Amino acid sequence: MAMTDERKASLTTPTDDRILITRRFDAPRHLVFKAWTTPELVARWWTAKRGTAKVMEIDLRVGGRWRYSMETPDGQEVAFHGEYREIVPDERIVSTEVYEGAPLPPEELEANATLNTVTFAEEGEETVVTMLIQCPSHEVQEAILSSGMEDGLQDALDLLEGVARETGG
Amino acid sequence: MPTTADAFNAVAEPRRRQILDLLVEAERPVNDLVELTGLGQPQVSKHLRVLREVGAVQVRGRGRQRLYRLDPEALRPIFDWVSPYQRLWEERFEQLDDVLDELKEEEEGDGDDG
Repeated sequence: MAMTDERKASLTTPTDDRILITRRFDAPRHLVFKAWTTPELVARWWTAKRGTAKVMEIDLRVGGRWRYSMETPDGQEVAFHGEYREIVPDERIVSTEVYEGAPLPPEELEANATLNTVTFAEEGEETVVTMLIQCPSHEVQEAILSSGMEDGLQDALDLLEGVARETGG
Repeated sequence: MPTTADAFNAVAEPRRRQILDLLVEAERPVNDLVELTGLGQPQVSKHLRVLREVGAVQVRGRGRQRLYRLDPEALRPIFDWVSPYQRLWEERFEQLDDVLDELKEEEEGDGDDG
């Protein structure tokens, strides 16, 4: 894997109800903005190879809605949606985000939306993308950070055993 | 200088994870750990030595006692790696790198044409 530290995303929790993700891209920012806001292009990266993109709706205007969904290999639909609150082309997008599969009654889903601010900053030929996810509560922050933890943790523990064996544990 | 592999190795042993769990709760002397794990003192000391070598556990003296505590910073590479949310975004961004490479090529192509 040819991923340098500089290319590695940084994920921090500046407060107990926020998540901050930063990543540097080797591309001018109008292209990063385009890849971030064009449905056919989003379909190619948002799934992270964990499923097939199904719906990629982007109504890029203040008050406009977005909805992304994918189908996982075991046939489950994983969907998110939200509303755009602020758009500065090539610079900044503020939108809400709701995970439709959250274990909550439908009327509470919207109340648990996060408010996401994505900033695209030009640095020479490169672009730094910063995503600030403002959660409505610490519980929502924890739920997001531990999402997929069951699978992820088991994978990690299996791998750990392998690492331990190889290093002669 | 301990490597990440050492840290992974240190926590791969279930008894050492149990000791770390106990040290998350509180700073403790060896005797507490012996009592709580049901292991013999030589075994606990051996595990503590491995954990100290990778920096996951720090020790300080208090009177005649030696108190052990967790130093989570040494385990950060593991937490980062295990965090599925971070991995999800890493993988998204790797895909996005490919999309951006294509967009750059297309744009350069357009530039040549006119």
